[in-house]
Amino acid sequence: MAVRLSGVCKTDNPYLFTSLSSFVYSVLLPQCVDFYGCMPNHCFTGGAPIPDIIEVQDLEKKFGDVIAVNGISFTVKKGEVFGFLGPNGAGKTSTMKIIACVSPRTSGVIRVFGRDPDTCPAEIKLRLGVVPQETNLDPDFTCFGNLFTYSRYFDIPPDIAHKRAEELLEFVQLQEKRDVTIEKLSGGMKRRLILARALVNNPDLLILDEPTIGLDPQARHLIWERLKMLQAQGNTIVLTTHYLEEAARLCDRLVIMDNGKILVEGSPADLVKQYIGKEIVEVEKTEEVLSCLREKNIPFEEIGDTVQIATGSSREVVRTLFDHCSPQKVLTRPATLEDVFLKLTGRKLKE
Amino acid sequence: MYRFWSIPRITRRAWKVWHRNLVVFFRTWKVNFFPPLIEAFLYLFAIGMGIGTYVKEIGGIPYVNFIAPAILAISVMNSAFFECTYGSYVRMYYQKSFDAMIATPLSIEDVIAGELLWGATRSVLYVIIMLPVLAAFGVISFPTSLLAIPLAFLGGLMFAGIAMCFTAITPSIDTLNYPSFLLITPMALFSGTFFPITLLPVLFQYIALALLPLTHLVAMMRMLTLPALTGMVLLHLAWITLVTACFCIVAINLMRRRLIV
Repeated sequence: MAVRLSGVCKTDNPYLFTSLSSFVYSVLLPQCVDFYGCMPNHCFTGGAPIPDIIEVQDLEKKFGDVIAVNGISFTVKKGEVFGFLGPNGAGKTSTMKIIACVSPRTSGVIRVFGRDPDTCPAEIKLRLGVVPQETNLDPDFTCFGNLFTYSRYFDIPPDIAHKRAEELLEFVQLQEKRDVTIEKLSGGMKRRLILARALVNNPDLLILDEPTIGLDPQARHLIWERLKMLQAQGNTIVLTTHYLEEAARLCDRLVIMDNGKILVEGSPADLVKQYIGKEIVEVEKTEEVLSCLREKNIPFEEIGDTVQIATGSSREVVRTLFDHCSPQKVLTRPATLEDVFLKLTGRKLKE
Repeated sequence: MYRFWSIPRITRRAWKVWHRNLVVFFRTWKVNFFPPLIEAFLYLFAIGMGIGTYVKEIGGIPYVNFIAPAILAISVMNSAFFECTYGSYVRMYYQKSFDAMIATPLSIEDVIAGELLWGATRSVLYVIIMLPVLAAFGVISFPTSLLAIPLAFLGGLMFAGIAMCFTAITPSIDTLNYPSFLLITPMALFSGTFFPITLLPVLFQYIALALLPLTHLVAMMRMLTLPALTGMVLLHLAWITLVTACFCIVAINLMRRRLIV
């Protein structure tokens, strides 16, 4: 774990400078320490190693008796696209909300930009861009008005906000809808506008909670393309999704969560290799095939009316099948993240 | 148990929420400017000129002059109360505006404080619109009546705080009807607005003075518009200030409890 800028704002009592370093900062650079002892962003340069963007240890979140997040640990490095996969109710959104400083944790340690969301939320949020799961654009404003009004919350001067809003409308291809109110936008346009809104402050960390939920393929591809552009510019992105294809395309690294716990962590390719293998052979399920596979000692899984065989070399499996089992339909395909996901989280419906 | 009385940490970012609401208000100014104007005329004609024909004067004061400050006070109450109940509830629940705002450097305390300040500002705007109408009818005196403007802010803040407490605990937008009908409407009638409070049975007089915020606001307004300033103005002012502070603090803490989980 990278070296933390210790003591800058880890105080329990935010009204006091409880550490020497922040006191020294406040004397030497009074403009750099605000009332609560947090340091604004521009003071975080200099010799100290850059901390990980997010560090989380044993994070727990309870809602009454329900445990939404059950002791998870992970780190997100600068410039990385980090994904959270999991079925509904896995605890992804709760984790996102804790990172975004809008929901307090029950226990555990979390540092975003090396700071504690409990004590320095405003400082962290100044550098965050958030795309929430729910569309919460301001219906009292136009597209441009939404971006411009939102800029004000980040203390962005009007002339800069104006320019930035125009640029962002172009970025998400909504220039033509500039002066249209929100209710006249399609679902895809709204999601694009929310993405633009999350970028008004040039965030150092972008948090996306189901960024493409409910979108048609065109809109989804546009958002993916834009996220790829942001990734190429070195932005750090954390996203949740249950579209496996999305995760496989975008994420450098991801975790799969279920029941509030992290099951696995790794790059999409590594996870597939590690948990499934290279390929999947699918055969129509018949008694003959089943008994034949058992006889040949080939591990398989029954899914509905097909049998799936995960393998490193499909050719051998297929040959064995044709030679001995007289299969009907046989299909060979590369293993995907979806196979890993279903293997780890089970096939039962999640409610 | 959550601490309802803890002093919220509010920053000057609250004004950004206020600013947002102000921009929306002036963008739809045609819809927003007419109600107070019409309201002033309606009350003046229906009650002032209508009932005033029979009730010539109250305690030596022409009846229309007696009710003019009440028209201002009721308008202060209504504008702030309805802004911070239905208005805030719609922004909170249907528009999810608060969720969007707290994803920025704004805290929930800033957001609610901004909403309260806006509710009070709306009262001020309404009083500013109504004053010329009342002046045109010659039923209020200047320059003391100009003090109704700062008083509208304080009174507005009080009703905004009360309203926000209901908004923070209401299960749905429909249940906001209860405080409107059970609190606001009776208050508009029994707080020394259209007849002096001394006409009420003694017990009710005490209840009105102790529990009905509008009583104090009407009394102060009347002292300014007649004008008839006495030392009592300080007592009313103290009562309103104290109640305002209490409700605003509790409102912010209740809202925090509701929205930050």
